[in-house]
Amino acid sequence: MNNDPILHPELLAHDDPDAIYRDGRRLDHAEGTSQPLRVPPEKQPRGAKIRGGRPVDQAEAAARFIAAPEHEKMHDERLWDLRQKRDREMHGIPEWEELRSLASAIKEHTLTHLDEYLEQFEANARSNDIHVHWARDAAEHNRIVHGILRDHGAKSLIKSKSMLTEECGLRPYMASVGIEVIETDLGERIQQLDNEDPSHVVVPAVHKLRTDVAEVFARTIGTDPDNSNVHYLAEAQRESNRPLILAADAGMTGANFVVAETGTFVVCTNEGNADLSANVPKLHIASIGIEKIIPRLEHLAVFVRLLSRSALGSPITQYTSHFRGPREGGEMHIVLVDNGRSERLGMEEFWTSLKCIRCGACMNTCPVYRRSGGLSYGATYSGPIGLIIDPTFNARKYSSLPFASTLNGSCSNVCPVKINIHEQIYAWRRELVKQNEVPFVKKAAMKIAAELLSRPAAYRAAIAAADTALAHLPRFVIYNGLNAWGKHREVPHPPKQTFHSWYQSNRGERK
Amino acid sequence: MRIGLFIPCYIDAFFPEVGIATLELLERLGCEVVYPRDQTCCAQPMANSGFNDDCAATEALFVRNFSGFDYVVAPSGSCVHHVRDNFDAIEQTGEVKDVRTRTYEIVEFLHDIVKPDGFPWARFPHRVGLHNSCGTLRRLRHAAPSELHEPYFSKPMDLLSKVAGIEFVMPSRPDECCGFGGTFSVFEEVVSTKMGYDKVSDHARAGAEYIVSADTSCLMHQQGCAERIGVPIKFIHIAQILNGASA
Repeated sequence: MNNDPILHPELLAHDDPDAIYRDGRRLDHAEGTSQPLRVPPEKQPRGAKIRGGRPVDQAEAAARFIAAPEHEKMHDERLWDLRQKRDREMHGIPEWEELRSLASAIKEHTLTHLDEYLEQFEANARSNDIHVHWARDAAEHNRIVHGILRDHGAKSLIKSKSMLTEECGLRPYMASVGIEVIETDLGERIQQLDNEDPSHVVVPAVHKLRTDVAEVFARTIGTDPDNSNVHYLAEAQRESNRPLILAADAGMTGANFVVAETGTFVVCTNEGNADLSANVPKLHIASIGIEKIIPRLEHLAVFVRLLSRSALGSPITQYTSHFRGPREGGEMHIVLVDNGRSERLGMEEFWTSLKCIRCGACMNTCPVYRRSGGLSYGATYSGPIGLIIDPTFNARKYSSLPFASTLNGSCSNVCPVKINIHEQIYAWRRELVKQNEVPFVKKAAMKIAAELLSRPAAYRAAIAAADTALAHLPRFVIYNGLNAWGKHREVPHPPKQTFHSWYQSNRGERK
Repeated sequence: MRIGLFIPCYIDAFFPEVGIATLELLERLGCEVVYPRDQTCCAQPMANSGFNDDCAATEALFVRNFSGFDYVVAPSGSCVHHVRDNFDAIEQTGEVKDVRTRTYEIVEFLHDIVKPDGFPWARFPHRVGLHNSCGTLRRLRHAAPSELHEPYFSKPMDLLSKVAGIEFVMPSRPDECCGFGGTFSVFEEVVSTKMGYDKVSDHARAGAEYIVSADTSCLMHQQGCAERIGVPIKFIHIAQILNGASA
């Protein structure tokens, strides 16, 4: 008997969450077609509206995400679960805080000697028969990669997940020059098929419900639109992707760590997809940001212990692959990319953001991110780390992002390399005001506040007026579209008297 | 010990009972407390929004009001955080630095400086959930935050545990921000209120009758959220319980 659960869902155990659909129970007794009772699935809220270089309205996109309660709840709970798993792993490592300090110190040291380590790496990589290229910016990176592919007559490229290639807009560029790119990471492939950016640096499709994935796959790879079983969907994706992988002309990876003393690099994945990308075709290209470098192999141990524990709450990624040179008959190229990193290194308040190892822990813990969805940021990097990196690319376009934070500081506490993220968010707000990249309304409100708060008499009058207004005005005057406080919450109850006047009457004597 | 009592603007306007409890509590514990009449605010609203230059006059006024005391004490963690850790729109003279380092939040002041044996006048026979505000938890370090690997400590719990009859409940996400965030609460009001709904619901599910906190601003936001969605929970500042509020 075929015991494939997709063909025979009745064989799934009753406590298997996949056996029971999100929006209805399986009809156990129905012969043949055991489809669940269905209501139409909640539609996936899309991300921020991009209007050229104009400021992204993160709050607007976040509000639409919250207006899709199934998505918001799943997203919040899924990422909070990662945070809790991270905490459990942390408690299993007595020297956790020392590890963080060490990782931070190694990164700071490396960044302050970046030129030396990069040259050391280049020399050692060349002696490993690796071709090393340097790209000043995204455009140069894309041209270099295209040139390598052209030299080899390559028409198709399989690649594993890489935030740097997102940053460089590699996929649209390759489409424009007629090269087919196939993502090998499941989440990233979902996003590619849906023509949507990754919403998270580690789990790129985390904002999607399984019904969203079913919709995307039905549209793009021909799955049953009414079947959102995760095993079915994953298997269907594999069946459709594997032939493309086997036939690809070239493979591409990013890198998590680059070791200067050995001229080698390391890629960490949970699906083994970097190994597919790197090992199936004969040509392997790795795109690597210059900040990924660490001096020695022994330093790698510090980061490998921190990375997956911080990211997913697992002790280590399923695959930690070391690439030491081209395999026999093959060719390996590395493109070292700056794309604004040198400039960031010169920013006194923001250079330590280059310590980031892209674990996503700050996103998982961020209460704003969990409720907004990563696409609400309208940028390559979302969540807390995005708030401090994105404005370095375009201060105007990403000027609202540093305000999408309560400054609660949880991000800095979970950061495995101790970036003071929330302090940099605060510093960016100052910087954006200095550069005049804040809305007029906010500026005007702050001027009025500053006037009132620096003049005791005017301030006293305003407080009295506010209390009187709250006590006497009808509800519709207080709760209208102009009062952002009162749209979704009640205003405070006005007291009989302010503390100030209580003090006057009870502790009377005037000074 | 001569103390300058700092009552932040929103407490003055909306929660005078918190100011009164703080004043009475300090006096019960033998402090000489003065309330400088010309005080307004610490300038945090402008600073948090990035408008640091607009803070200068308010910060200067703060220093004029609070110079010369042994300590400045306030029932608001985030305001104290601003004074102590930011507050740099004005020239950092000796006087300014002195005021900044002498400024304390009421819980840490009681816990670290006054160190009372108990609060024999206080009795609070209710189930309370403690809201560790982000300003007190992660900036003033009232307690060990859940993200860090360090031994447990909690200054507010140390103090509250000395109150007769009190019972504690633990929400599932004790350290999660409630979404107030100063001007965030109005500029990003949808996310802010969603976080508030989740926070008060978490406490309610844990069985809390009261949410207690050292930050009235968080409570003001949470109360507004709870009332809007109909979560039957009450809010009280820690100074009120320690001062013997009955309910």
